[in-house]
Amino acid sequence: MSPAQLTKDTRYMLPMYVPLLATALLAVAGYYFAAKRAAASAGGDIRKLAALPSQYGLFTALSVIIPTLAALIIGLSFGGLGGALPQVLLGVAGLGFLVSIYKISPDFRARTHAETWIKVILIAASVIAILTTVGIVFSMLFETRNFFSQYNWRDFFFSTEWSPNFRGNSALGIIPLLWGTLYISLIALTFAVPVGLFAAIYLSEYASRRTRSFAKPAIEILAGIPTIVYGLFALITVGPFLRDYFAQPMGFGDSASSVMTAGLVMGIMLIPFVSSLSDDIINAVPQAMRDGSLGLGATKSETIRQVVIPAALPGIVGAILLAASRAIGETMIVVLGAGAAARMSLNPFEAMTTVTVKIVSQLTGDTDFASPETLVAFALGLTLFVITLGLNVFALYIVRKYREQYE
Amino acid sequence: MTHKSLLVADARTKKRNAAERRFKAYGLTAIVVAILALIMLLVSVFGTGASSFRQTYATVTVPLPEDKLDKSGVRDIDVMKKVTTIGYTKLLNEGFENVVIASGIPTELSRKDIGGMLSKEAAATIRDHILANSELVGTEATLDLLMNGRIDGYFKGRVTMESAALDSNTSPEELALAQALKDAGIVHTKFNWAFLTNPDASDQRPEAAGLGVAILGSLYMMIVVLVTSLPIAVAASIYLEEFAPKNRWTDLIEVNISNLAAVPSIVYGILGLAIFINFLELNQSSPLVGGLVLSLMTLPRIIIPARAALKSVPPSIRDAALGVGASKMQSVFHHVLPLAAPGILTGVIIGLGQALGETAPLLLIGMVAFVREYPAAYTPDAGLFGEASTALPVQVYNWTQRADPGFVERASGAIITLLIFLLVMNAVAIFLRRKFERRW
Repeated sequence: MSPAQLTKDTRYMLPMYVPLLATALLAVAGYYFAAKRAAASAGGDIRKLAALPSQYGLFTALSVIIPTLAALIIGLSFGGLGGALPQVLLGVAGLGFLVSIYKISPDFRARTHAETWIKVILIAASVIAILTTVGIVFSMLFETRNFFSQYNWRDFFFSTEWSPNFRGNSALGIIPLLWGTLYISLIALTFAVPVGLFAAIYLSEYASRRTRSFAKPAIEILAGIPTIVYGLFALITVGPFLRDYFAQPMGFGDSASSVMTAGLVMGIMLIPFVSSLSDDIINAVPQAMRDGSLGLGATKSETIRQVVIPAALPGIVGAILLAASRAIGETMIVVLGAGAAARMSLNPFEAMTTVTVKIVSQLTGDTDFASPETLVAFALGLTLFVITLGLNVFALYIVRKYREQYE
Repeated sequence: MTHKSLLVADARTKKRNAAERRFKAYGLTAIVVAILALIMLLVSVFGTGASSFRQTYATVTVPLPEDKLDKSGVRDIDVMKKVTTIGYTKLLNEGFENVVIASGIPTELSRKDIGGMLSKEAAATIRDHILANSELVGTEATLDLLMNGRIDGYFKGRVTMESAALDSNTSPEELALAQALKDAGIVHTKFNWAFLTNPDASDQRPEAAGLGVAILGSLYMMIVVLVTSLPIAVAASIYLEEFAPKNRWTDLIEVNISNLAAVPSIVYGILGLAIFINFLELNQSSPLVGGLVLSLMTLPRIIIPARAALKSVPPSIRDAALGVGASKMQSVFHHVLPLAAPGILTGVIIGLGQALGETAPLLLIGMVAFVREYPAAYTPDAGLFGEASTALPVQVYNWTQRADPGFVERASGAIITLLIFLLVMNAVAIFLRRKFERRW
């Protein structure tokens, strides 16, 4: 059955909100009914019960809700069970209600059982994190496999030409996109790492309390600004400025969107990221190490350069790697600031493009999920995910290892 | 060996002290660079965007002859609807020319050019007004109507006489007339409420474009994010912080959560496209899908501060509860969770703020579509939050892709609106933290 038919047919079925509303009502009714029944089963003397009546009620309510939710999730992941899902849900809710009511007796430890149900909810919630990762990997793996069945993987990974053509015969090599991504990230980091690191050093070692109370929140504001704002800043201010005052007079070209534009603006975005991470790490270096160095007659800057920074180095490297991962995955700044031309050039004032820009451009507008031109976005996404995952895991490992060292 | 006074610095000490001062200056420079960048960013956005909150209108008296607008003569709405905006445009041109003549300002512009100074949206405005108040037919109506984007841009300094001479959409004569009309009090500039309530408008009429649909879409998505991610994040952090045994399995979950918080947001867009739209067949461009994608992205970003909040509750509270006979679950839900609630709430608000400004994943699930209908929260056909919509940050992106320069102002204005929302949310978070934070 085609998807269109499926949705048409379900019009004759029960709408989804019927079983969900019924379950909620049954749970509320079950709560009061079970509490009453438990009290009645003890002959009205609730001291004879193994748990408070409200806990019997809670047990029944949870016995209705949790299995139904589980059935809903399982049912949805099997495509709605051919439209029979609402009936199945009603059945499960009813069954949960009957079984839990049947169990009521003065000896039944309702609280323990209700708490087991709650624990099931808690565990399920934490498993969602795992499921998200699995979902990410599988959704991309599946479509990537489709892509590689239509397009040679060697051409994808090693070809230096990117020219998608929706009439077929596209060249879809990732190298120019990776080049743009890495070039922009490099410029961003060259700007953000010294600024962020020196800002962190100044704030944690030199700044007076007053300077700190003003400068630290100001830098943190940069971290709270959405990336679309940076993108617009690149588009309307930084791009034209760089073009008019640097690129054109120096003969580097006349494009407002360029590697430099995107790189600089992304650098600004990364400053608070680098500085707050480095700040934590520098503060974790024990004071005794500084005191020892100062006691031997070193100046403050000598202490920082020869004692604090070497001690904090692994953590700082971790912070830089995390910043690099952010830069590689950043989308809106490059969409608005870097341009769309896939090109491999050393000139930083030329427009180039990145992996994320091409994911956006291949997946917006008219998409046909059978053509390699659309499916390539999933292969790009998977590559991006693998690169950033590798950087993150490595960086988090270093940072964690480093923290343990001084704890 | 010569001994010098300690009070006279030797060359080496001078060098070291100079290095010290230099190093300190580098640090200060870094701070100044960062703060300057922030100031430039804000000045750039507010400088271009603030004017979108003011808009130029003209007060026009439009004749409403019955033979043109209502051939039935009985105010039958269906008959009146047959008159399109083209019919109204003619009346509008006539009315505006009459206004110009009555004001006594000499001009050589034709009736069509004078009418062209009004927005293309004006005809639709007056048509809607007449259809809603059919008793006006046969009389005349005096309304404040939008001027077109070029005239509006002239009063905001974006369009000059020189640029108008090169522009096929306007002319220096039109600008001069507009200035004269403004001096005569017929054209005036007022606060632009329509910018916050109107839907998007097509490429040729930036003056009519508004954020109504985008704000509504963002609001719906925030509701979805709050309803789905708050309970899940709280449950997950309670389990990981209070119940989870220390083993490989929970280690895996932990590493996973810190990684998910660092996965590029666009990857969540791909996930949403593959799972919610292609597999579960939920509606493209709907706030439901947008909200679900943003929830998945926000979850790890809420779990991390929520766990920190739970961790900061001292163990003595738990021990006391357990000591008087509470179960583990009761100690958590009756004592630890209420004490950690302000911290969790702060984390949730900050997470919501991040979700509100997120753009990239929404582009992939079709929220870039041009939407003029206000989405309903529920319809039987589309379901809950199922109608096509757009969102504030996506609207900004959309407007940056338009050709008319008037949209740059609109995009910056939308950013100002977005930043104000974020500012309010963060202020609430800081207020909560200050008010309820407890140090143990």
